[in-house]
Amino acid sequence: MVSEKRVLVACGTAIATATVVAEKVKEIAKEAGIPVSVIQCKSAETRGRAMVFKPHVIVATTTVPQDLGVPVINGVPFLSGIGIDAVKAQILEVLRKEE
Amino acid sequence: MPSMNPDHTQWFYEDLVLKPMSAESAVDAITQLGTLLQKGGFVKETFIPAVIQREQEFSTGLPTAEVGVAIPHTDVEHVLREAIAVGVLDKPVDFGEMGNPGNNVPVQIICLLAVAKSEMMVKILQSLVEMFQTPGVLKQIIQAKDAFEIVDIFRQHCQTE
Repeated sequence: MVSEKRVLVACGTAIATATVVAEKVKEIAKEAGIPVSVIQCKSAETRGRAMVFKPHVIVATTTVPQDLGVPVINGVPFLSGIGIDAVKAQILEVLRKEE
Repeated sequence: MPSMNPDHTQWFYEDLVLKPMSAESAVDAITQLGTLLQKGGFVKETFIPAVIQREQEFSTGLPTAEVGVAIPHTDVEHVLREAIAVGVLDKPVDFGEMGNPGNNVPVQIICLLAVAKSEMMVKILQSLVEMFQTPGVLKQIIQAKDAFEIVDIFRQHCQTE
């Protein structure tokens, strides 16, 4: 049994690019058979959300604090199309890690 | 004044396309396109300054495989009716790169989004992003001969229904 992984997706407003990226993350995790719980937030709320939600990884389309003890992955490739494979691999690597 | 079909959600209008377009900066480009939206009654007077401010805080330049694109936008409260103004620049202008502050992207296609409802924001964005990733489409836009052709390309590739 694989334990559920938590992903926090951050963008400027929490509704636009974060939603697009969140859906991609869910898709990737589903394909890989990894159960995930994905929530979205505004980049300004990242610190507070991360403390409560305790994500395994943060995927962001804006700058977010890097000192939260959680890997931060740039989600912009999901929007631009450049480097999608690399970012998918990065996300999967984190999600596959044992706790 | 752009025509409006009340039964159908329409995002693209010939009158909201600038091609050829020349701009000195991202702010200049946003102002030119925003003025079209304002004159057409799509956005409030607060729209242009709000977009410019947001762009400084959260840049929207995307380096794609073919042509740099930017999708400046702002909150729904500045918008009266949805539309996307499109500018195709002869010479690119620099936009900040999304998610990578301090980095600039030379942008040749600008889609200035006027979104009236936040749930529409996601739909239109998904649709645009997919379009940008379709090989050849951005080049087609650059090479289009007029506004009609550009609106046609967007309508073909960017469906939100």
